[in-house]
Amino acid sequence: MLDHILSVLIFFPALAAVFGFMIQKESIRAYGIIVALIEFILSLWLWFAFDSNVSGMQFMEQLPIVPSFGINYILGVDGVSLFIIILAAFFTMIGIASLTETPNEKNMIITLLFLQMTMIGVFAALDGIVFYIFWELSLVPMLYLIGAWGGPLRVYASVKFFLYTFAGSLVMLVGMLFMAYFFYQATGVWSFAILDWYRLILPENFQLWLFAAFFIGFAIKVPMFPFHTWLPYAHGQAPTIGSVILAAILLKMGTYAFIRFSLPLFPDASVYFMYPVAILAIIMIIYTAMVAYAQKDIKQVVAYSSVSHMGVIILGTFAMNVEGITGSVFLMIAHGVVSGALFLLVGVIYDRRHTKMMDQFGGIAHVMPRYATIFGIMMMASVGMPLTINFVGEFLSLLGFYQQSHTLTILAGIAIIVGAIYMLAAYKKMFFGTVTIEENKNLPDVNKRELVALIPLTIITIWLGVYPKPVLEPINNSVESIVQLMHNKATTEEAKERIPNLLEGVEISRTPMQEAN
Amino acid sequence: MLEPVNVSLESLNLMTLAPMLIPIIGALLILVIDIFKSNLDKTLYVMLSLLFLLMDFGSLVDASGIFVQDGTIMGVFDVMLIDGLAILSQFIIVGASMLFIPLALSHDRFHEFSYPEFFALFLFMISGFQFMVATDNLILVFVGLETSSLALYTLIAMHNRDKSFEAAIKYFTMGALAAGFYSFGAMVFYALTGSVEINQIATVLAANGYADIGYVLVAVTFMLASFGFKLSIVPFHIWAPDVYEGSSSAMAGYMSIVPKIAAFVVAMRLFEFLIHSGIIWLEVVLYIFVVVTMTAANIWALVQSDVKRMLAYSSISHAGFVMAAILIGTTQSNSALFLYWILFSFTNLGSFSMLWMSRQKHLPVHQTSDHSYDKFAGMIKTAPVAAVIMALFMLSLAGLPPFALFWGKLYMISSAVTSGYTILALVMALNSAIAGYYYIKLVVYMFMKEPVLGNDGHVYVSNATLALKSIIGFAAIGTIFAFVAVNPLLEFITAFVYNSGY
Repeated sequence: MLDHILSVLIFFPALAAVFGFMIQKESIRAYGIIVALIEFILSLWLWFAFDSNVSGMQFMEQLPIVPSFGINYILGVDGVSLFIIILAAFFTMIGIASLTETPNEKNMIITLLFLQMTMIGVFAALDGIVFYIFWELSLVPMLYLIGAWGGPLRVYASVKFFLYTFAGSLVMLVGMLFMAYFFYQATGVWSFAILDWYRLILPENFQLWLFAAFFIGFAIKVPMFPFHTWLPYAHGQAPTIGSVILAAILLKMGTYAFIRFSLPLFPDASVYFMYPVAILAIIMIIYTAMVAYAQKDIKQVVAYSSVSHMGVIILGTFAMNVEGITGSVFLMIAHGVVSGALFLLVGVIYDRRHTKMMDQFGGIAHVMPRYATIFGIMMMASVGMPLTINFVGEFLSLLGFYQQSHTLTILAGIAIIVGAIYMLAAYKKMFFGTVTIEENKNLPDVNKRELVALIPLTIITIWLGVYPKPVLEPINNSVESIVQLMHNKATTEEAKERIPNLLEGVEISRTPMQEAN
Repeated sequence: MLEPVNVSLESLNLMTLAPMLIPIIGALLILVIDIFKSNLDKTLYVMLSLLFLLMDFGSLVDASGIFVQDGTIMGVFDVMLIDGLAILSQFIIVGASMLFIPLALSHDRFHEFSYPEFFALFLFMISGFQFMVATDNLILVFVGLETSSLALYTLIAMHNRDKSFEAAIKYFTMGALAAGFYSFGAMVFYALTGSVEINQIATVLAANGYADIGYVLVAVTFMLASFGFKLSIVPFHIWAPDVYEGSSSAMAGYMSIVPKIAAFVVAMRLFEFLIHSGIIWLEVVLYIFVVVTMTAANIWALVQSDVKRMLAYSSISHAGFVMAAILIGTTQSNSALFLYWILFSFTNLGSFSMLWMSRQKHLPVHQTSDHSYDKFAGMIKTAPVAAVIMALFMLSLAGLPPFALFWGKLYMISSAVTSGYTILALVMALNSAIAGYYYIKLVVYMFMKEPVLGNDGHVYVSNATLALKSIIGFAAIGTIFAFVAVNPLLEFITAFVYNSGY
């Protein structure tokens, strides 16, 4: 079973979802929790079996789909994708477990299980087309989640979300087809396998165009400024569970794809575009932080702060050294945990008051002390306080980028401090002061069901903030091999200089299957 | 004194006629049965038609076996040309017809199916299409084209509503115009080269180095206009939405697939040698046609309020997308055309059948047209299975992986990429994104809106029978599991297209 654990991880929730149609409405919730729990245990087993000293791909699987056109079903994980897969399994589990009373609960749980399939598929896929299939498929359950259970503008928000990402990824598809064609020209064989593409060294001007094509697809997903306009709508209208999954996992697809595709495939172009991308990332950090400050709706504050932190991830990725990329991968996990938790917390208060406007609150800390404490911890983590999970990632990302540019890093650092202002201001508005509104006086504190989701997240936030090594080490090993690969592949002088040469010997290990291909 | 002409029967290769003769015999048989005993039930005729189509399909399998062994076969004074393109397109024509004809077994009784002539005409039409694709001879193409078109006009009119008559007359008028253009174009080609065989025309034109380029362009223009009408290429598309709306949904679905593949094959035979001989003008015009057809049809589809009209415009857009294959003109693109069309026929027939299944005899008050978007609002609550299947077809049409049409789009865009048509590839990709909007719009109506008051979900299956459901189930399975079939299909198609020299 361990040989096919990735396929099991991908298709178990889908199969369970199909069986779920048979289950009676009132019992579906227990079923959903059990399936998600099994899935999470399987993902933990994957971590347990994962050899963190190996830098290359593990648990590889291969099956031909369209061999005459080079499309194969290839899966594999390395340190970069491993933890995002676990995170996806984890968030689906606590998402279903903390689900409050919703209409059409059965449809929602089945949708979530399908969504889980696509999420894990994206991070495990090692073939361009398989990656694309899961990438696109993930839009459909999300469209339904936002559109069917969202707020008043839900249809607009869901369609906007779908069309933006769909348009972007079609441009990316054209890029992939070019990539496969260049591979065909170089070797005479069609192949969409990412590991095959890694071996291909392209001339710089080709790299620039292809980088741009992939960039559009990924940047919309992240979402980077100026493609971010779909996200506030999506978050604003989505139900809590939709926002949680969107912020924690779906956005990571974009940043993950940068590391999996853009950097190793186009090292010269990545260096060429480093400054423009970094500037976009810094605009994204500062601009969205300022917008967040102006929001009256707490969910929008969290949404914009989430975008703002995605900017730091991008910055770390484009540092193109081990510290930066490791930091950005770690920050992806951290951001997933923290902003996922924040959206859950917003959901908690929304369930009680059915409003998300901050001026409707004030002094909540007196009424809901446990809620205020957890919110406080998560808020501190979000602004990057030391000894919380976000700090490790942000620090490493900025450290990495500091080696490329001092001024830009300092700008980004200042922006993160601005981030602290709006979060603290929001916290103050909601939790401190006296309770002025009558309805708030008798709000019940967080209940057990909510604690089931929030306590583990709090523990992870602090545990990985204090002792990040178990996660950081496998990431680091895989990132080293990626950076080395980039260095070896780089053709221009500047790229050779910017991307550090780590060792002589670290090569991406290839299984015999790959060689045969 | 005239010498008696001796033609040995073997040299005629009469077997090349077999696939076309089978439906003709079937049609005549149906007419004869009607003479002897009228008022027989439609089920008899449906099954008879299905039997003859099966035999037809069997003879095609036979012909493809011969093609694999001996290559292209000519017959009947070299008028018939059975090459890979002819066989592939006949497979699509007969296969799609086999999927179509059981749709006549609807729950409600409709006027047209009570006439045995409907089924006779239907079989005549199929043989017309088959003649059209299995020849190199412009005159036989014309005969096939007119046989099939005249039959089709009548089939549409037999639906027996005001709108159907309007549709039939519109289609007839436009078709007559197209026929005129076609014969004029063929006449100019004949005047230039003294031949009506496409390969002869190509040889003669190449031999004199396109000396009379002006006349060639005149001929090409007329041909382009005529095929523009048949393929509903913008700006010759204006008949299409009205005709689709007027005909029954099943017939509209059929029209979006079978007549077009026949026209595509003829266009491929005719235009590709012209493009490859470097007639820049044709290339530019085709390029413009392709881009405009895709884009404009997509934009019109955005603003439709009726699902059937939306699907009509979407079919136009798909035709434009596939027309790109003829512009690109490589083995890969031509294979992509067939792959695309096979996958498209599954999906599109499926979605039109869904409309057909929900066809009501009388419109309720709140509904302005047969298949307005409102009708589908909240379908997930009242008819969940039907809603999921319909959504599946819509997502497939939008090109969402891994459903059927995605693979067609993938291979088609890839063929544009491989031949250096980068801009075209991007336009195709972005058009798929635009198209995403109107397909998603239906999904939004079905999944995210509340049902219209008094809609208990019966309306979606009001016309359903076991036959209809099995056809839809078949199409749905084909759409979902297309990824299994893509590789064998692709290898089969590429071998056939390549061995025909395209």
